[in-house]
Amino acid sequence: MTHARRVSSGWRIAPWVTRVGAVVRRLIGAPDYDGYVAHRRLCHPGEPLLSRQEFYRLRLEDRYSRPGNRCC
Amino acid sequence: MPKPLRILFWIAIACLGAAGFAALALSRGEPVNAAWMLTAAVCTYLVGYRFYSKLIASKVFALDAERATPAVRLNDGRDFVPTNRWIVFGHHFAAIAGPGPLVGPTLAAQFGFLPGAIWIIVGVVLGGAVQDFVTLAASIRRNGKSLGEMARQEIGPVAGFTALVAVLGIMIVLLAVLALVVVNALAGSPWGVVTVGLTIPIALAMGGYLRWVRPGRVLEASAFGIVLLILALYAGQWVAQNPGIAPTFTLSRTTLAWTIMLYSLAASILPVWLLLAPRDYLSAFVKLGVVVALAVGILIVLPPLQMPATTAFVNGTGPVFAGKVFPFVFITIACGAISGFHSLVASGTTPKLIERETDARMIGYGSMLMESLVAILALIAACVLTPGAYFAINAPAGLLGTTVESASRAVQGWGFSITPQELSAMAHRIGEASVLSRTGGAPSLAIGMAQIFSSVFGGSAMAIWYHFAIMFEALFILTTLDAGTRVGRFMLQDMLKHVWAPIGKVSWYPSVVITSTLIVAMWGHFLYQGVMDPLGGINSLWPLFGISNQLLAAVALCVGATVIIKMGKARYAWVAILPLTWLVIVTMTAGWEKVFAADPKLGFLAHARVVQAAIAAGAAPAGVASLAAASRLAFNDYLDAAVALFFMASVVVIVLASVREWAAVVGGSKAPESSEVPFEPYGELRPQAATGSQV
Repeated sequence: MTHARRVSSGWRIAPWVTRVGAVVRRLIGAPDYDGYVAHRRLCHPGEPLLSRQEFYRLRLEDRYSRPGNRCC
Repeated sequence: MPKPLRILFWIAIACLGAAGFAALALSRGEPVNAAWMLTAAVCTYLVGYRFYSKLIASKVFALDAERATPAVRLNDGRDFVPTNRWIVFGHHFAAIAGPGPLVGPTLAAQFGFLPGAIWIIVGVVLGGAVQDFVTLAASIRRNGKSLGEMARQEIGPVAGFTALVAVLGIMIVLLAVLALVVVNALAGSPWGVVTVGLTIPIALAMGGYLRWVRPGRVLEASAFGIVLLILALYAGQWVAQNPGIAPTFTLSRTTLAWTIMLYSLAASILPVWLLLAPRDYLSAFVKLGVVVALAVGILIVLPPLQMPATTAFVNGTGPVFAGKVFPFVFITIACGAISGFHSLVASGTTPKLIERETDARMIGYGSMLMESLVAILALIAACVLTPGAYFAINAPAGLLGTTVESASRAVQGWGFSITPQELSAMAHRIGEASVLSRTGGAPSLAIGMAQIFSSVFGGSAMAIWYHFAIMFEALFILTTLDAGTRVGRFMLQDMLKHVWAPIGKVSWYPSVVITSTLIVAMWGHFLYQGVMDPLGGINSLWPLFGISNQLLAAVALCVGATVIIKMGKARYAWVAILPLTWLVIVTMTAGWEKVFAADPKLGFLAHARVVQAAIAAGAAPAGVASLAAASRLAFNDYLDAAVALFFMASVVVIVLASVREWAAVVGGSKAPESSEVPFEPYGELRPQAATGSQV
């Protein structure tokens, strides 16, 4: 946030759009691949990563296979 | 704020809330402003959140921000992800808020606005929010275990099994009644059929976009999807106004019922990325958007409530559904006051996202207060209609007849007034051929919402707003149908694999097709029965749904009370036992009346006897086409009675099993062993410093 304010031409919008986008994606329950990658890099560096497609497939399968992600 | 000032502040809030209730209850004769209902609700929520949820958080569970949550301990970047609490709050709210809190209060408005409002406001603070919060906290302390697993572990295998079967039973009834709501909203409405039908190719296009064009760009795809939804709204209008095409899309209730069954079957077999997931994103956006818009709209307009505080129908003679205000207002309004289904969400995805234990108060208790507010908004939207209009829309054709003249006379007979001209004009304003007998709550809510929205933006676009509201309700009901059929299929596969192992293979096509068809056939049967029912279907199915939902709430509260007692906090177990007692009284009374009441409108068995007597006399009863249809009707009455008895028996089994467990622990014959995961400090595991999951 702070570095965005330092830009002399005013506020930079792109980082905010990215941020708001990330929040909205998680609100509606879309898979968070970037978060997954960040977690793996931090906690399990060097270990293999799922591809974006594979990660999406697994998350969606999990989300829609048991009760508990939606209500009446 | 200094302490004396704080005390004064809370006294002021409490007084304001009391004033709201007083204005609602003491109004006689002239319409009360919706502002009073909002005031009563919001002030009660504030007091409940500040004091009651605090008691549960600190005294009962002793929630500790320094105690590591499963999201932190088991962080894997997939299932368990420590997440900002506002995001979890929004996510949890979006998951619990479905069509339930919109439909239930609308139907319960037949008693007047007061019984529903009191139950929604008081029920949530002492019941619904407590259930959600306690289940969430218990699940967080047990690595995010599901309700079924907790029931088995805490109470015993019988309770666990009963909970499992009950969940499946509830899903079946829920899917049937929601499908019936959509059928009733779309029957004879080419505009609605085209708009809602177009949401399917729109979702498919989004799915393709997300798969092949720009993988993972959910927001882009959703933005396109929303633009297309608006176009679909106008496409529907164009079709409806075009006499050459309109008849093709003017479908009967029977055709719609079959279409929805086939659609759900296909949707639950197709891969999730293609239809279900994109539809779910769209539906989440539209849902959050409409809830906010409705709240803002009501705040701007502050409409007067045309419905009286109570109507004569509290005596059980109401046309929308049969039964007295006690116990039926408590059955009709489940979501919004207390909804057992939430305990599945509170022990599903949410506990795996919470970063700090203390966040559970805001997310568990707070989200449910928000849902209750949605129910209040729906009640307000239903009550801005004049009672005459409300009953003409929500009473079945068996009571109204099929012309505006007969409907006007019937409404007059109930002590309200609406002229045939007013009914025709209303239908014309919303772009429909008729508003009569559009039972199920969705259309009257949509008309109420359209009135509110068009008085904010100027009154010309009533028809567009009406169909927007219908599309919004149908969109997320259809999403629930797809997802529910799918989940039901997995549950069925899981159960049947003990009978025949190959059926358990989740990706084996024959098993997928067989079990999906079975699930659709089960809810489809109830849907079809509802469509053919001369009393309108909602009359029998919605109470069954309410009873089953409250049964699940009873399971959750039993688990909650058991967990609390086993923590050694038996003196606080009343927090869960108080709402549990009320639910047991309500469900058992309602279940008993639905099965055994002598009034054939109310009791399933009495109705079956009337139908059978007619068959024996050789004549089909009024509104039934043939003798064969009449015997099916009688069979369905027995089926409904059996389902209600099954739900009641489940309540008894679970409550008895729990009481035995409580007595053993409190009486000292069983040690109060807590199954909580032992304390681990948050500080050493917090996400930034995480060194990987150790557990």
